[in-house]
Amino acid sequence: MWKNLYAWLDERIGLNDLYTNMLDRPEPKTSWWNTLGSASMFLFILQGLTGIFLTVYYTPSPDHAYDSITYIMEGVAFGWLIRGIHHWGATLMVLVVFIHMLRVFMTASFKYPRELTWLIGIGLFLTTLGMGFTGYLLPWNQKSFWATTVGTQIAGTVPFLGEFILKALRGGPDLSALTLQRFFSAHIWMIPAILAAFIGIHLFLIIKHGESHWPRKED
Amino acid sequence: MSDSHELSRRDFIKVTTGIVGGLIGAIVGLPSIYYLIDPALRAGGKEAWIPIGKFEDMQPGKPYAFSFTRVQVNGWERTASSFGGYAIRKSDNPAELLILNSRCTHLACTVNWSEDAQAYICPCHDAKFSMEGEVMDGPPPRPLDTYAEHRFTEDGIIEIFFKEG
Repeated sequence: MWKNLYAWLDERIGLNDLYTNMLDRPEPKTSWWNTLGSASMFLFILQGLTGIFLTVYYTPSPDHAYDSITYIMEGVAFGWLIRGIHHWGATLMVLVVFIHMLRVFMTASFKYPRELTWLIGIGLFLTTLGMGFTGYLLPWNQKSFWATTVGTQIAGTVPFLGEFILKALRGGPDLSALTLQRFFSAHIWMIPAILAAFIGIHLFLIIKHGESHWPRKED
Repeated sequence: MSDSHELSRRDFIKVTTGIVGGLIGAIVGLPSIYYLIDPALRAGGKEAWIPIGKFEDMQPGKPYAFSFTRVQVNGWERTASSFGGYAIRKSDNPAELLILNSRCTHLACTVNWSEDAQAYICPCHDAKFSMEGEVMDGPPPRPLDTYAEHRFTEDGIIEIFFKEG
């Protein structure tokens, strides 16, 4: 019965082809360094899931942000675990994505026909940093407040457009409830949407072209 | 490979991935469920005696409205919830006092006494209860609940027994 059901589905959505292309495609001889892309995606999914769970209790308002996080850490069962994973996973994700990028650079995997995969990858690295920057403000403690003050001030040093960029990031001239709210919105909706779309394109291109082989002497 | 007792590399990877993935899933997944339902597992049911008024102030044949608020700490915030009811004096015997809960037995909106209709009317689904709390019209499955226990303080004030949900 399951066989029939599987055959019915396979005929219509091509499960076998999907499996072969995604998990069983031929690969050149590679090394553990080639697993960092998958590791990045695993971390993205983990951050997404723990992040969704955090929004159950977190409140993005200057009145409640700090208290709600204290409640997650001390009041809710396993809140420390969910936030702990999200907190350390964030640092780990920046690290893993960066090392992944370094490996692609070192093995010259960005060359023809994979230039676009590389460019999208740069986008993925920048959006990952954007997630880190916006997420850092959300606890609304002294460290995150001043880190965001400094970060947005640096963005404000851009010639001509600086003041506008600073106000656009902060939602006004100073850090306020608007800053916290728009950083929260960027952190859970806008940047993840871009990130997910980029991951889709990145994966499609990788499946289309396959892994690159490691450079040989004659390359 | 030829020996059927040995696991092929591919099968080893599949089994290992399955076990490690399952472990990670369980370690993160099970606490996540607990994390989500945690507020539902909190012990409630605090008890208190609430003063509602004096027996002399209650007139026979006219429901005496009372209300009170209870403050609870929910998460990181104190929340005030309102409760109320009607005391109906039947005779000069204080023991015969009927104290109704104004929470509609249909879907928990608050009913109000209407002098014109001589009934408690629920604004949500037009339920009607008689002065004694019997269902006259609408969807409620049973009469209004009562505060079964009450006592008198030394100053003659009636207190009802209240248990938080």
